[in-house]
Amino acid sequence: MLGRTAASLYWTSRYNERAENMARLLEVGYRIAMTPRLGQDSADDWHSTLASAGCDGAFFSRHEQVSQRAVVHHMLFDKDNPSSVRACLEAARNNARSVRTAITGEMWESINTTYLEFMDVRPQAMTDNRLPDFLNWIKQRSMLFRGATLGTLMRDEGYHFSQFGTFIERSDNTARILDVKYWILLPDNETIGGDLDRYQWTTILRSVSAHRSYRHAYRDAQVRPFNVAEFLILRKEMPRSLAYCYDWIADSAEALAQRYGERPLSCDMAVKTRQLVAEGTMDAIFKGGLHEFLTDMIARNNALSTQLAADYHFA
Amino acid sequence: MSEIEPFNEMLAPDGSTRAPYRGLSAWLERMTPAEMRRKSRDAEMLFRRLGITFAVYGTDAATERLIPFDMVPRVLSASEWRRLSAGIDQRVRALNAFLHDIYHRQEIVRAGRIPAELILQNDAFLPEMIGFTPPRRVYAHIIGTDLVRVGEDEFYVLEDNTRTPSGVSYMLENRETMMRMFPELFQANRVAPIEHYPDLLRETLESVAPESCEASKPTVCVLTPGIFNSAYFEHAFLADSMGVELCEARDLFVEDGKVWMRTTTAPERVHVIYRRIDDAFLDPLSFRPDSMLGVPGLFDAYRAGHVTICNAPGTGIADDKAIYAYVPDIIEFYTGQKPILKNVPTWNCARAEDLAHVLDRLDELVVKEVHGSGGYGMLIGPTASKRELADFKRRLKANPGNYIAQPTLSLSACPTHVASGLAPRHVDLRPYVLVGDKVRITPGGLTRVALKKGSLVVNSSQGGGTKDTWVLED
Repeated sequence: MLGRTAASLYWTSRYNERAENMARLLEVGYRIAMTPRLGQDSADDWHSTLASAGCDGAFFSRHEQVSQRAVVHHMLFDKDNPSSVRACLEAARNNARSVRTAITGEMWESINTTYLEFMDVRPQAMTDNRLPDFLNWIKQRSMLFRGATLGTLMRDEGYHFSQFGTFIERSDNTARILDVKYWILLPDNETIGGDLDRYQWTTILRSVSAHRSYRHAYRDAQVRPFNVAEFLILRKEMPRSLAYCYDWIADSAEALAQRYGERPLSCDMAVKTRQLVAEGTMDAIFKGGLHEFLTDMIARNNALSTQLAADYHFA
Repeated sequence: MSEIEPFNEMLAPDGSTRAPYRGLSAWLERMTPAEMRRKSRDAEMLFRRLGITFAVYGTDAATERLIPFDMVPRVLSASEWRRLSAGIDQRVRALNAFLHDIYHRQEIVRAGRIPAELILQNDAFLPEMIGFTPPRRVYAHIIGTDLVRVGEDEFYVLEDNTRTPSGVSYMLENRETMMRMFPELFQANRVAPIEHYPDLLRETLESVAPESCEASKPTVCVLTPGIFNSAYFEHAFLADSMGVELCEARDLFVEDGKVWMRTTTAPERVHVIYRRIDDAFLDPLSFRPDSMLGVPGLFDAYRAGHVTICNAPGTGIADDKAIYAYVPDIIEFYTGQKPILKNVPTWNCARAEDLAHVLDRLDELVVKEVHGSGGYGMLIGPTASKRELADFKRRLKANPGNYIAQPTLSLSACPTHVASGLAPRHVDLRPYVLVGDKVRITPGGLTRVALKKGSLVVNSSQGGGTKDTWVLED
């Protein structure tokens, strides 16, 4: 397989996953904005949505003030924001297009149709009442591509590169969401406490589709910050947790190593990080600092992505 | 301009249906207009979803566009096809012999059959190829011969595309779409299959691997300029259906005089490159130094016999519009036979007497740029305005060597689905020919159709469409 092909498969999946994550974050932001609270400016909420999405820098380089309309436009349609859904879909499709020989017809059709239909949507037409349906559509289209990949792609090296892209992006997203809100997850934040914080914990869960599964996992009427953090970092049954993502990443890395009969550095790195989250405890993580832990995870993701590209000659 | 009815491929002048079209005609009669419109929309959606697109240069934001697909197939009988394919076979063998000759002893020039300056001063002539013989002496491996029909038995060759003819993916996708939408048509008619074209292409490419290739099976790849090229869809399609890698220049490199692919593990040796980039861009060390699309050192590896480039560099001279006029001579010179397929009479404006004739009768002629393609830079005399005619006269006088002229042919017409229902529209035909250890011709080809009433321009870049082309079996 060409190194460039491997790279494009990796990035197709990564951008597809990122488009979904952007839609998820916007969905939560929108929900918060619908819930009026005393003494709270909705601009702050939107600001925090931008920060979770990692595109507050790009936003403020062009906008002075935060407004729902501007944020929605920035995260969905802005050509100059490399993480906007539009930019993600375009990048995913361009990557898929350049490796049409390595993906299945179903994968291509799903991503191509998503892109074409998205491009038909006029940003001006995206009114508040249409937004929830539209965000849901984006999520579903992204899931369709992932489903097409799982259901049709040969289990050869291309498949593993593609899974790598999905789960690096997902673990990066989960780590970032937690990091932006880490202060409300601190164990001693009872002093801050109150309904507002509880509301924020729930929105964190919601952004990763975990507000229901959390209840089943913890059987507790109270949403507790300690548990929320544990659920999203260490619990393997939660498909967007860091532990789950790294299980998949390490499996992909080992499958590649086995296929090629050589164990590169990226494989060792993936396995090591899996071990870290598999054997970690929340006590230890809080002791070392939650923020420090999450920053370290984001750095590990980056380093792993770079090493993977070097090991397999991504062009 | 004379107002002769063009040859109608379905209906004879007495109103009866010509034999090859009988099966189709019965089917067309059963379809209601509403059904036709629905099927036509279905087809368009299918094409868009599959991303069967091409780019039109010079239009705004049109990275991709669909070529309109007409669902009414064009039909050729087995005997019509036998004659056509014999003519094409003869022609491509002669052109390959010609290419070998002009890059070696130039017998045809010595014999005085072609003026030396027409070759030596031609931009498409590549001095770097002199004295080099590609494997099996094949230069033009993949050829698209453009044909037009003006009567029952009258076919003319309009052009021999010996560089990188495109469109074969549309031929295959058109058939695929027809079979998906109208399976009953194929049950009722004996249509020669074409879907093995990618296998034939791969066999052809493998058959011209360098002699030094020690591998049990040569490694073939398709070289594309990338996703922004107008024919990118086709490049991906061909690589995919042959089961070979689709490479961009950055995926290849030359070391130890050999060509290698950058893979996820160790570099892999490449033996045959089906390139879809022009000569000038192939290798920045040998040709245009600013080429980002080429592979440095590729041409040296080629001359050293370590890799085969298909089509060979320098084949462009064989489809040059100025050489075209000499193809009947070329056929006679190398095969000793009379040409089976006719050339369109051509005036070469480089010659003073031809130029005078052309200037005199400009309003009756089609004038083409020698190096132009895709319907750009041409004049269709009978439909041109006075101003356009005057303008072209100036251009002709300023640079006569840049133009050839031909009479306006009354192209045949085939029933085509248009807004008002079925109507005859002008068509041409591009069969695809493969030359390797033998000559392989796929039955049929790509039929292009002018969708505008009366228009003779069928180029997709000028808004023409395509249709499935059937060769019936006996």
